[in-house]
Amino acid sequence: MLRPLEPVGRSSRIVLGIAFFVLFVALWAFATFGGYVSRTFLADPLTMVSDGWNLLTVQGFSQDILVTVGRVLGGFALAAVIAVPLGILMGAYKPVEAFLEPFVSFARYLPASAFIPLLILWAGIGEMQKILVIFIGSVFNIILMVAVAVGHTRRDLMEAAYTLGSSDTGVVRRVMMPANAPEIAEILRLVLGWAWTYVIVAELIGSSSGIGYMIINSQALLATGQIIFGIIVIGIIGLISDFLFKAINRRLFRWRFA
Amino acid sequence: MTVTATVPKLQLSGLNKSFGRGDKRIQVLRDIDLSLADNEFVSLVGTSGCGKSTLLSIVAGLEDFDSGTLSVDGAPVTGPGLDRGVVFQSYTLLPWLTAQGNVEFALKAAGYGAGERRDIAREHIELVKLTKFANAYPSELSGGMKQRVAIARALSYRPKMLLMDEPFGALDALTRHQMQELLTRIWEEHRLTVLFVTHDVEEAVYLSDRIVVMGIGPGCIKQTFDVDLSRPREPDSASSAEFIDLQREVLRSIREESLKVELA
Ligand SMILES: Nc1ncnc2c1ncn2[C@@H]1O[C@H](COP(=O)(O)OP(=O)(O)OP(=O)(O)O)[C@@H](O)[C@H]1O
Ligand SMILES: [Mg+2]
Repeated sequence: MLRPLEPVGRSSRIVLGIAFFVLFVALWAFATFGGYVSRTFLADPLTMVSDGWNLLTVQGFSQDILVTVGRVLGGFALAAVIAVPLGILMGAYKPVEAFLEPFVSFARYLPASAFIPLLILWAGIGEMQKILVIFIGSVFNIILMVAVAVGHTRRDLMEAAYTLGSSDTGVVRRVMMPANAPEIAEILRLVLGWAWTYVIVAELIGSSSGIGYMIINSQALLATGQIIFGIIVIGIIGLISDFLFKAINRRLFRWRFA
Repeated sequence: MTVTATVPKLQLSGLNKSFGRGDKRIQVLRDIDLSLADNEFVSLVGTSGCGKSTLLSIVAGLEDFDSGTLSVDGAPVTGPGLDRGVVFQSYTLLPWLTAQGNVEFALKAAGYGAGERRDIAREHIELVKLTKFANAYPSELSGGMKQRVAIARALSYRPKMLLMDEPFGALDALTRHQMQELLTRIWEEHRLTVLFVTHDVEEAVYLSDRIVVMGIGPGCIKQTFDVDLSRPREPDSASSAEFIDLQREVLRSIREESLKVELA
């Protein structure tokens, strides 16, 4: 019987998780091989696989993958390097928060994709423009989420640190930062996922390489198998980066999982 | 122990404290006069909400006050400092540091080198009998163990005073007794001055030289009891007639205040 919050065994968890993928592919195969959906609009799974193989072996798609990964990491790293310290300052010092919070909250809702035309005017269609799209999409979210996390540091731990001789900056450095490090890592993991959606949008417009470029190119060729393969590649890379992030966090923040 | 003519370790006089502003302003401490002699163990008891924790926070330098004076060794207190060690009721070990790391925390702020820090921390962890758990994280320790580390941490930099706010409140009776023994031993060895907040009158009588009962509305010092029981105290002393009489008197004094609250 289904009981709320009743844990599920390890093996059944894996079986259930895989089962959905199987079901999904089965439905897809049924709709395409069964002729319920036109080939023009949706390729069947086998075509997708062979298109994908062709992309990788003949068309040099792995190069596109590398380019896209590079852009995501570049834009995301830039955003993180600027946003994490700012977020910590905002969370720790109320005047900084009063100064920045209204603007950042506003800027957070500006859709990164809407900046693409403007960024093309400013930065052309080179790498800088792609990186800036990801940067704009990520930076404000990271700042705000880090600020909230840091602002909620346990008061009693801070007081304890003061009685243990910490200065004001010492409390920020030795309590607020380590206390929230796992949360900050979790925020970065989340925002990295969003960065993937920005990069594809950026590549759909004014680009000559990358996964998004391949997808928009395939649309002109009605190569839906390639499009789906591209989408699946993005999903798999996302899954891998998520997994890596989680594994690193678990190692780095053993105290949290002890 | 009586207060001598020398400068008291801790002295509060005419201290007032209120929270809030305007209409919401409420006075929580009124005209507090209290002094602790060197090496004196004083317990602060009183009905819930009478301002014990507030008073302790003020002495710790974590909370400011409206008027009056507060000094340690004759010097006015302006903030938290390493001359006073604090043990809180809630577990305040830093969860990302091991027991060892927690004890080293203050030593690092005080500027000790790495080797020295390790040795001093080891020594204090041994003092609270946790050598085996030196490398455990707080989440791997029981409540009693956490408070022992907290005591080791508060002692590591050799403060002159120890301020404790219901440090054993969350512990079971047996662990509590062990902690009381431990604290008594440390107090004797280190010649500390202790201000100890508790709800447990038996604990107060067992540990203290003097018991201060706080009154309410707003918080004030209602009555002081000298504990003239001989030292060292044994677990058996709690069953002596003297002990029980004193315990009863202190309880009565606290209860009068609780009744005031209920009637109000
Ligand atoms: N930050 C605060 N702002 C406003 N009022 C406060 C604040 N802290 C404490 N108070 C009030 O001050 C009074 C004394 O609180 P305090 O925590 O010192 O009591 P206490 O004697 O320690 O009680 P307990 O035995 O339950 O721990 C209470 O009425 C409480 O509501
Ligand atoms: Mg209290």
